[in-house]
Amino acid sequence: MVASLTRRFSDLDIAEDAAGEAFAIAVERWPADGVPPNPGAWLTTTANRKAIDRIRREHKRDDKHREALMVLDDDPLEPVGAIDDDRLRLIFTCCHPALAMEARMALTLRMVGGLTVPEIARAFLVQEATMGRRITRAKDKIRAARIPYRVPSTEDLPARVSGVLAVLFLLFNEGYLATGPDTDPIRHELTAEAIRLARLIRALMPADGEVAGLLALMLLTEARRHARMSASGELVTLTEQDRGAWDSALIAEGHHLVRERLATGVAPGRYQLLAAINAVHTSAGDVRDTDWSQVVALYDQLVSLDPSPIVALNRAIAVAEIDGPDVALALVDRLDDRLAEYHAYHATRADLLRRLGRSQESRAAYDRAIDLSGNTAEAAYLTRRRDQLAPPSRESGVIVLSEPWEGR
Amino acid sequence: MQYLVSVIDDGQALAAQKDDSATAGEMAAIDVFNDRLQAEGRWVFAGGLGFPSAATVVDNRGEQAVFTDGPFVESKEFLAGFWIIEAADLDEALKLATDGSKACNRRIEVRPFLVR
Repeated sequence: MVASLTRRFSDLDIAEDAAGEAFAIAVERWPADGVPPNPGAWLTTTANRKAIDRIRREHKRDDKHREALMVLDDDPLEPVGAIDDDRLRLIFTCCHPALAMEARMALTLRMVGGLTVPEIARAFLVQEATMGRRITRAKDKIRAARIPYRVPSTEDLPARVSGVLAVLFLLFNEGYLATGPDTDPIRHELTAEAIRLARLIRALMPADGEVAGLLALMLLTEARRHARMSASGELVTLTEQDRGAWDSALIAEGHHLVRERLATGVAPGRYQLLAAINAVHTSAGDVRDTDWSQVVALYDQLVSLDPSPIVALNRAIAVAEIDGPDVALALVDRLDDRLAEYHAYHATRADLLRRLGRSQESRAAYDRAIDLSGNTAEAAYLTRRRDQLAPPSRESGVIVLSEPWEGR
Repeated sequence: MQYLVSVIDDGQALAAQKDDSATAGEMAAIDVFNDRLQAEGRWVFAGGLGFPSAATVVDNRGEQAVFTDGPFVESKEFLAGFWIIEAADLDEALKLATDGSKACNRRIEVRPFLVR
């Protein structure tokens, strides 16, 4: 409803307030007067009236422009297709590249997801007032700079869709591996909302491969949610997860999407490749059954699309399973200058060094990874792995006599 | 809807050691871009600016006008020139500015005028 009001009145505030007022009137009247025969239409009509009232009241500068829009638009009951178009327009407005990324995420959750400001503030761990201002500033910019409310032209569409997907992917990732010392390590409300929005965009743009790819990637990741966290609040790696705890319905849906994209024969984009990699992992009932050569082949494709060192790091992890940790470590060490501040780089090195029996170096790498990790569950996991290593040799060089219980 | 399209000099003038930091190639590209703005009815005004060191700040809020040598804000980056363009919305303005940035080989800021 907000989407359709926004299209009609080209003002997010007016649309939002009018929708809110209409619901408030409904809550007040329906219990007494009874629910009208067509509640949806009643709400839309009421909200439209409220919006027109407000515009008349405020005598906005571009009154005439808005009045003209209202006059042109006199079909209160829109077919489903038109409502979907409105929502799609709203998504492109909220994810406009001229807005700061954090504003895009907040605005998308508010306007498209329908979350309240306090909910969004909690999701991003900021004060309600701060989040309120962030959203207000973004809306002000949309109005003042006249960010258009429309689906971009065909030539701009691929870039703009990838911008929308980037917003959803960030939202999902923040939920999947939340940062911050006082937050839950997995924020299900964020991952669930990102998936819901991805499903919505998928319904609006069913032919777009990357939309399907991102949705599949999210589903296959979300499917492992319950297995990713131990009872004691520690992150459980893919290798150690209880695969019986994976959500088979989400996996089936994700696999179906991946197969659908493969069947088109169109070269996959980044999200589709990541989804395919996750499909390989989730196809293995036991980690030993993982088709690692398939994973490496997919990473090879991904590297050619996305030369980022993080992709190279993940590829090296798969290479370790085929060619051994020594080969993988050589690949990882090459990334040092670009990933020295990235926790996963040190965690990967630590694991490879541990497998190579280089305990001292492994310990140092775990220490660095723990320092850099912003996620409490991940830090707990890394700490346990570090503490399983042989204790460091004493600096003095004195031979430490074994404790009496050792060797029994 | 009108937008101010500011050209940001972030070191080019200093490197060129002269007021007018644009190279001959850049000037030619800017001319082509200007012609296009005019042909498409986007052009409102444009101009290149002298060095910030040529600026004078005037303050006549008190009893007597005070003149101060130099720009009102000192920074490494400064306004080197600008366009005022007519565009239906930000997407149109950004598209033009994208080509403008290529033409003058500088970063560009797009800012809406207040709507009256």
